Amino acid sequence: MPGPGSGPRMGRGPMPRGMKPMVKNPGKILKRLVKYMVLDNLALWICVCLCIGITVFCMTIKGTLFTRTLLDIYIPGIQEGTLTFADLAHEILVTACFIVTGIIASFVQARIMVRITQGFQRKLRDDMFEHMESLPIRYFDSHSHGDIMSLYTNDVDTMRQMISQSIPQFLNSIITIVSVTISMIRLSPLLMCVSVLMIGIMLFTTKKISGKSGKYFVKQQKAVGALNGFVEEMMSGQKVVKVFCHEDENIAEFDKLNEELYDSANNANRFANIIMPINAQLGNVSYVVLAIVGGAMAINGVGGLALGALISYLTFNRQLNMPINQISMQVNSIIMALAGGDRIFRLMDEKPETDEGYVTLVNAKKVYKPGSENREYTIEETDEHTGIWAWKHFHKADGTTTYVELKGDVVFDNVDFGYTEEKMVLHDIKLFATPGQKIAFVGSTGAGKTTITNLINRFYDIQDGKIRYDGINVNKIKKADLRRSLGIVLQETHLFTGTVMDNIRYGKLDATDDEVKAAAKLANADSFIRRLPQGYNTMLTGDGANLSQGQRQLLAIARAAIADPPVLILDEATSSIDTRTEKLVQEGMDKLMKGRTTFVIAHRLSTVKNSDCIMVLEQGRIIERGTHDELIEEKGKYYQLYTGNQIAG
Amino acid sequence: MIKRLLSYVKEYKKESILTPLSMVIEVAMEMVVPLLMASLVDEGIKATNEAGEVVGDLRHIIVVGVFMIVAALIGLAGGIMGGVFGAKASTGFAKNLRKGMFDKIQTFSFKNIDKFSTAGLVTRLTTDVNNVQNAYQMILRMCMRSPMTFVIALIMSFTIKPKLALIYLVAVIILGCILAFIISKAMKAFEQAFPKYDELNASVQENVNAIRVVKAYVREDHEKKKFKTASNNIYKIFSAAEKLTTFNGPAMSITVYTCTLLISWLGANMIINSDIINPELTLGDLTALLSYCMSILMSLMMFSMIFIMLTMSAASMKRINEVLVEEPDIVNPENPIMEVKDGSIVFKNVNFRYNKDGKENVLTNININIESGETIGIIGGTGSAKSTLVNLISRLYDVNDGTVFVGGVDVRDYDLEVLRDEVSVVLQKNVLFSGTIMDNLRWGVRKNVGKDNHVETPREKAEIEAECIRACKLACADEFIEKMPDKYETHIEQGGTNVSGGQKQRLCIARALVKKPKILILDDSTSAVDTATDAKIRKAFAEEIPGTTKLIIAQRISSVMNADRIIVMEDGKINGFGTHEELLKNNTIYRDVYESQTGGNGDFDEGGEK
Repeated sequence: MPGPGSGPRMGRGPMPRGMKPMVKNPGKILKRLVKYMVLDNLALWICVCLCIGITVFCMTIKGTLFTRTLLDIYIPGIQEGTLTFADLAHEILVTACFIVTGIIASFVQARIMVRITQGFQRKLRDDMFEHMESLPIRYFDSHSHGDIMSLYTNDVDTMRQMISQSIPQFLNSIITIVSVTISMIRLSPLLMCVSVLMIGIMLFTTKKISGKSGKYFVKQQKAVGALNGFVEEMMSGQKVVKVFCHEDENIAEFDKLNEELYDSANNANRFANIIMPINAQLGNVSYVVLAIVGGAMAINGVGGLALGALISYLTFNRQLNMPINQISMQVNSIIMALAGGDRIFRLMDEKPETDEGYVTLVNAKKVYKPGSENREYTIEETDEHTGIWAWKHFHKADGTTTYVELKGDVVFDNVDFGYTEEKMVLHDIKLFATPGQKIAFVGSTGAGKTTITNLINRFYDIQDGKIRYDGINVNKIKKADLRRSLGIVLQETHLFTGTVMDNIRYGKLDATDDEVKAAAKLANADSFIRRLPQGYNTMLTGDGANLSQGQRQLLAIARAAIADPPVLILDEATSSIDTRTEKLVQEGMDKLMKGRTTFVIAHRLSTVKNSDCIMVLEQGRIIERGTHDELIEEKGKYYQLYTGNQIAG
Repeated sequence: MIKRLLSYVKEYKKESILTPLSMVIEVAMEMVVPLLMASLVDEGIKATNEAGEVVGDLRHIIVVGVFMIVAALIGLAGGIMGGVFGAKASTGFAKNLRKGMFDKIQTFSFKNIDKFSTAGLVTRLTTDVNNVQNAYQMILRMCMRSPMTFVIALIMSFTIKPKLALIYLVAVIILGCILAFIISKAMKAFEQAFPKYDELNASVQENVNAIRVVKAYVREDHEKKKFKTASNNIYKIFSAAEKLTTFNGPAMSITVYTCTLLISWLGANMIINSDIINPELTLGDLTALLSYCMSILMSLMMFSMIFIMLTMSAASMKRINEVLVEEPDIVNPENPIMEVKDGSIVFKNVNFRYNKDGKENVLTNININIESGETIGIIGGTGSAKSTLVNLISRLYDVNDGTVFVGGVDVRDYDLEVLRDEVSVVLQKNVLFSGTIMDNLRWGVRKNVGKDNHVETPREKAEIEAECIRACKLACADEFIEKMPDKYETHIEQGGTNVSGGQKQRLCIARALVKKPKILILDDSTSAVDTATDAKIRKAFAEEIPGTTKLIIAQRISSVMNADRIIVMEDGKINGFGTHEELLKNNTIYRDVYESQTGGNGDFDEGGEK
């Protein structure tokens, strides 16, 4: 909505914390922005320019001239009898035609601008979102979610303002300035020198003042950031504040920040406010100076300036002030938009997740060898959904294609990994899981349990060593296919806005309602879903805020169940779930694990005990491994953890 | 509502009045200048000699020019003052609004806080106040300007030629109706569109948060498709709404130019057809009329902009007002008791509901007697109102029926600060604040030392710090703090993101201990601490602060089973209250929980951070 601009608006979202970084290379960003903006809509932009040109010509030039011609030519002419009313009527008609053309042009321009502005926003959002979805997890780790969100809210908003307001006004101003200047030069080049001088003075003062105001706007931005940070922190800790009776200290601190913000905001606004009146009055001064100089010239016959021309000149001079004022006002908002554009481009320049994998997952069928006694079979690709999957592996070296049945065999071979090059998180991890086995990881927070599971599905890529899946190096498998073959229940449950049905179906988009219900039953989620007000059609909003932690977890399990993957990763976090709900969740998980290779990050001993192999992790290394009984026998860390209760008692 | 908000203008009243007054000066000068210009042109440049030839009158030009410059200077003064006062008034108003809200929020009880979301409060204090500030400035600077311009210009036109001025009146009415129609339509469209826009952003947020789920299920394309549909929807809705506003410009132009042409034609007719000596209308009159045309219609446009501004900020004003009118429902009694005798706690026939008018009790008929110095464990499923129970003790909420006594006195009779210093709660959802570890611990320091700008002496500082370290040792936090490079001066990030869950919980316990309270309440505060450390903390409590009454809420049976007595909660009622052995014998819930957690069903937890 083209709201009246008065100072930089904050948009509809919260401001990004802290100061906006200064744009390093404004020219380059502007160029890129223009390219990004204009390329798709070149025709539309040309139309806009054309329309503005027509509008300026028809309304600003012709419209102004009409009043003069009326007063100077037609009325005296008719009085003297050299012209008739018919001539005047004709002139009015012609002018009306021009004006109608101008109005139509400006209307068309406004219409096109709506399309351009909204279309640009759509394109920007779509491109940003599309690119964001392709980014590796690493990006989301290293950028605060608030900052990412602010790209979609604040920065898109400043871009919208730039396109819908600043650019058309800029174009309009420039076209007006050019055409008016040409008219003025034609009237009197000499006077033009005086005008240029006056404009110079205006620009100079504007620059001085807006420089000052800009300085304070930066300060204000900083103060806003500081206040926002404080408020955010205190609002989320308000209950703690109450418990510690810390209200007075809080108010004192807030007052300080508030006063600082007031100070910089006051200064910034003050300087921004006085630009307009100063320029307006300078315009009047310029009018007087020109009238005197021009009058002197005309009366003394210098420079061939007629008095009538002087009047027209003065009118044009007045018209020149407006666009110059406007340009100086738009500069600030364009700078802000450039900063926004810079941030948006930085997102777009982030390198997407790379995927050199070429091994794909295909539907397969078993073809038994005729006459074979051991029921030997080969795997063949098929188009139908058979429930059997195979890895299609094309060998470049000899040009052959082999099919390997998807079973869920996972091997870690001397894997090293670190989130940064300097700091390794996992060292020399070796493990193997044959199809159907249950592997458990135990250890303290930060020991690297979750990290290991994140390597299997290649959320992160390993630095050294190899991970093989059904004997194939995971680096060779297409990421999408790899992940499709793995079911994951994450530590933090995230649900999407939509019905319960939609959320479970997320695991398999083409699942029928019955399949969804079956999966829910498997996960022990069916009974509570039935008790929801609308059953499976209950809407979930705000990450499933209307459900309890346990219920959300059950839904996440159902979501994994419907995908029916051969390998399961359960990264559970049940510390805040009460024992009774946990039993339910546990049962759901147990049912799901049957017949699948499962990696469990364990919290409760009961989950771990019956594992085929338990890995005890400490500081990124596997320090013990074996079955429950073996580890108890060993009397190591596991034993210590296991008997922790008794010691504690 | 507006009256209440305006009461926060306070010390900036003077500026708020001066701003429009300054603008009056500017407008007056703006109206004078065209007259001077006309005179400059008509009687200066177009001055004729006796023969009727146009020769120009430089003297007149200079005289009028000087007048114009004086007028410009006065106008400049008015404009600058308007700008300066306007900035001060509006930013000052914003400052007071922020302060008013923040101060109000500080008086909120838990119940009040529950009503507002954190994000909601932050938006109110920032974006909403900013919107109101901009609107206020706009109104101050424009409220006099556009009506003044309008009225003066209209009066001027009428004094020149009422017959012709009537055209303006008609035009104003027509244009006003058209603008009102377009704006009301557009506003409605935007009101419908903005929630959609918020929804779109919410879905982005959802995606950012759940990116691991999206990637794990390879649903990038699915999400992209969903987003594209939504974003295309937004495109359509907003385009439709904005298209409505594109009618504004043409409506305005058509009116302006119709008026101009009409007046030109009629005016020309009048001039030409009237007699020369006593003309109905002069050329100068016509010039003036035409220039007022623009002023009148422009001011109308301005008026509509103010209206848009106001309606756009109306939502913000409403949200700010909600905070300002919210009355804290827990306040200090009139003659508060300033001392808590001991740490005994008694609940007598207590019922509690979160919602005053709600029928369902969250806590029903609670009767408990806890003696000073006892250690009480509390256990129960989620939603069994364990936290609610303990929150009543430090009067974070008020009971609906019955009474809670601490030290033999109704909690409602104590001074709030005294009570909360003696009853120290470690909340379930606890937060650390940005600052050093020591800064965070100092939150627990009682305020009689620091009150009234009392500057801390180095000795007091050392004492306080020694006290903080002692508390950390008790809470087993000292051991990891000492291992940090900057020890107690280690900087904690906002929300405590640079310490682990268990470390955070231990710091929070230490912070509560610094108060040296008579009653200490741990609301599930060791869930992320490993069992061994948990036991160590409990041991330290028993040995070091035996006189303090301790209430421990936990999911882990090992955390509570050694307490003097244990409360078993279910559905807001007390299901059992007794020692471990007693409960094991008579309480089925307790036995269930115990059996599921012990005997090889122990708990690894995220322990072992040492």
